[in-house]
Amino acid sequence: MTFRYLPMTEEDRREMLSELGIESVEELFSDIPESVRFKDRLRVSEPLAEPSLVRHMGRLAGKNASFDRYTSFLGAGAYEHHIPSVVNHVISRSEFYTAYTPYQPEVSQGELQAIFEFQTMICELTGMDVANSSMYDGPTALSEAAGVAAAVSKRKKILVSRAVHPEARAILATQARGLGLGVVEIPCSAGVTDPEELASAADEGTAAVIVQSPNFFGNLEDLSRIEPIAHRHKGLLVVSSHPIALGLIKPPGEYGADIVVGDAQPMGIPVQFGGPHCGFFAVTRKLMRKVPGRIVGQTVDEDGVRGFVLTLQAREQHIRREKATSNICSNQALNALGAAVYMTALGKEGLQEVSRLNLNKAHYAQKRLTQIPGVEPVFEQPFFNEFAVKLSRPASEINKKLLREGMIGGYDLGRDYPELEGSMLLAVTEMRTKEEIEELARVLEGVL
Amino acid sequence: MTEAKALIFEMSNPGRRAYSLPESDVPDKEASEYLPEDMLRQTPADLPEVSELDLIRHYTELSRRNHGIDNGFYPLGSCTMKYNPKIHEDVARYLGFSNIHPYQPEESVQGALQLMYELQRDLAEITGMDRVTLQSAAGAQGEWTGLMMIKAYHESRGDTKRDKVIVPDSAHGTNPASATVAGFQAVTVKSNEEGLVSVASLKEAVGDDTAALMLTNPNTLGLFEREIKEIADIVHEAGGLIYYDGANANAILGQARPGDMGFDVVHLNLHKTFTTPHGGGGPGSGPVGVKDILAPFLPKPVVGKGSRGYYLDDDIPQSIGRIKAYHGNFGMLVRAYTYIRTMGPDGLRRVSEDAVLNANYLMKKLQPYFDVPYQQFCKHEFVLSGNRQKKLGVRTLDMAKRLLDFGVHPPTIYFPLIVDECMMIEPTETESKETLDRFVEGMIQIAREAEDCPEDVQEAPHHTMIKRLDEVTAARKPVLRWTKE
Repeated sequence: MTFRYLPMTEEDRREMLSELGIESVEELFSDIPESVRFKDRLRVSEPLAEPSLVRHMGRLAGKNASFDRYTSFLGAGAYEHHIPSVVNHVISRSEFYTAYTPYQPEVSQGELQAIFEFQTMICELTGMDVANSSMYDGPTALSEAAGVAAAVSKRKKILVSRAVHPEARAILATQARGLGLGVVEIPCSAGVTDPEELASAADEGTAAVIVQSPNFFGNLEDLSRIEPIAHRHKGLLVVSSHPIALGLIKPPGEYGADIVVGDAQPMGIPVQFGGPHCGFFAVTRKLMRKVPGRIVGQTVDEDGVRGFVLTLQAREQHIRREKATSNICSNQALNALGAAVYMTALGKEGLQEVSRLNLNKAHYAQKRLTQIPGVEPVFEQPFFNEFAVKLSRPASEINKKLLREGMIGGYDLGRDYPELEGSMLLAVTEMRTKEEIEELARVLEGVL
Repeated sequence: MTEAKALIFEMSNPGRRAYSLPESDVPDKEASEYLPEDMLRQTPADLPEVSELDLIRHYTELSRRNHGIDNGFYPLGSCTMKYNPKIHEDVARYLGFSNIHPYQPEESVQGALQLMYELQRDLAEITGMDRVTLQSAAGAQGEWTGLMMIKAYHESRGDTKRDKVIVPDSAHGTNPASATVAGFQAVTVKSNEEGLVSVASLKEAVGDDTAALMLTNPNTLGLFEREIKEIADIVHEAGGLIYYDGANANAILGQARPGDMGFDVVHLNLHKTFTTPHGGGGPGSGPVGVKDILAPFLPKPVVGKGSRGYYLDDDIPQSIGRIKAYHGNFGMLVRAYTYIRTMGPDGLRRVSEDAVLNANYLMKKLQPYFDVPYQQFCKHEFVLSGNRQKKLGVRTLDMAKRLLDFGVHPPTIYFPLIVDECMMIEPTETESKETLDRFVEGMIQIAREAEDCPEDVQEAPHHTMIKRLDEVTAARKPVLRWTKE
């Protein structure tokens, strides 16, 4: 069997072994004690030639109900949006995707400049001063924000709204156990963070107040009421946001947020079963030296020509080791590039336009669906492209029916919120047509 | 002198567009119809306005200012910059993989779950572990996940005083950083003169406060820890567990397995050993394998197989909880799975043989010209010291920059920290003998230049699009975003 990724010929091998003065490759492994040598043959499948492999992978892919064949109303943190063709073309340039982290700036200016531009766009979007080059995803970015807040404030208590994505709260709980932080979940009322509950929980031990807007239910939080509560005792305000919503809604930076996080997935990154997506992390200038992960900065070369480098590295694990602000090393650079291409393609006008399409379609759908007997709105709050409805039959049952009809239904809120048993979260992006919304209404009318 | 490349913002011209959105087929209302006026954005985000061709030319030009594996040799030690097969990029983009949602009903994503189930099984076999989670997004997250499981294990036994994680001084920086984030104190043990963990120092370091030892094997010097069995016994006898940093797993596929060496937990970097592209810094993927004793603490969910097909198993009562949203970096899992299916058992074994032979061949060829601090067979990578050249006024950094003129990405430099003027070289198995020979010629030329005309090296690079950059000013007076003048 020959392998197309292995160029070494028998002749090469002979020459190289003779150069080393040995008879066989086996001798190079002689430092591995016999007792730990693996003498068996790995029990993994026999190799497939490319044509068979393509067929096999095609079959596996074909077993999944993908958005090209099914109409999806599922969001809950990961959204189907139009991805301009240019995005895939740019990230498919192998000068980008086969490069490592840009440690050698002279031959990495492309990546570095693209990330510098990404950082700028994230700052523009969020209304913040400084953004890093990306985090694993929005939910882990949120946990890292809690870590930064605790380190900066030297406090241990994190207040997080129950309207924050359930998985983000679950990750935060794990992270908090590692860092020795206490997490208090703030109840919601009417689908948003309860300001009174928040005010009574916040005190001089509070490192951060963490909210999400639009929150997990799709509702906008009243950040103008939350901000003074977070800052009253000198804690930090951390806001998790949705980048497409920021085309229309006031950015968290203008409310006085200290850290803004979120997931860039809606901007040119496929849902792909939940990853890889791309977290973003933006802060005020004051927190610049506390940011986790890589940051690109502008400088000049020996001739005075503008160029870019990784900077403020004294925060990072490869320099500071156990004293680093975070352990993050690899991030989601290629997806950050994809998001930058998306933001470039959409531009100033396009982002507002796509945001408005989402808003209009979701509101149209919400109005249309809640006219159906057995479908009730759950909340009366301003929302963006996602909303909750209460159904007269179990959500899982409805979703099974929808799947048979070629549709992927919404998120069953009863999974995480016992009090919302029987409620479903529906996302309507610019991808959904009026016709598809009608089709959803028709099926619901049939089963409810 | 090269001209600076314009920023995309500097190319912006109001009125140009590179997007096409659907016409609204529902009533197109102002945002204020639905949202309170004071929640609306007053100033739009100042994103660039360019045509589609402007966009493509901009990013194409940027890509030409970037060096990837496809451009040339990339012997960056401990990063395993091997060829990233093209079929992986095709397959990961199949709509059946790229356009599915993590919350879809399980019966509608059986292909994806099957792939994850089989990958869990294969990675367990390759590492000699009992169970695998595919959740972690990168090596560092894998380390943290493993350490959190170790913490949960000790706590479940009522053993609460174990707050120390031991790392050798040759370890990757993420090891001690992950220990801190997991709530442990990192303790460093010195390597011995052979570059290996000193068993004597380890014996002194372990105790009833030892939670774990983290080890890379082969280590970052490219050397196999021969006394691994004894090391594992020392840690286990003290009541600690032993963690395998899989950054260097490319050396041992089918040759030796961490599980057989006595390790309790392992992470792999799919973006190193299993060819998923580095993407300019990510996304990666860092699956974690564990022995049965740690299985109760695996993060949620893992993929199971039952009578009704594949399913996401959330029922792990002692789980450390969630560590990442959804089901890990699935797109990377598709690529790694495709790789394993391409190579099979014999191919994977050949990978390590060729990687190790390539590294030893390079080391042998370079030995007359550079200091080789550890004179023994290496595994998939080795270190050189630039001490001989430093005496001539040429630093390792200078030699790295000079290599850029040869179209080669330099090795990892100044790491591990225990070697002066270190160059850590990892050729990988996907490079041909001709490429290695050309690299050797380049290195020999640089060694000669260091003696004959050091300024040619000190002033390098000469042929890149940009010269050496002022990193000091970048850090002292940070400019981290573009602003309109």
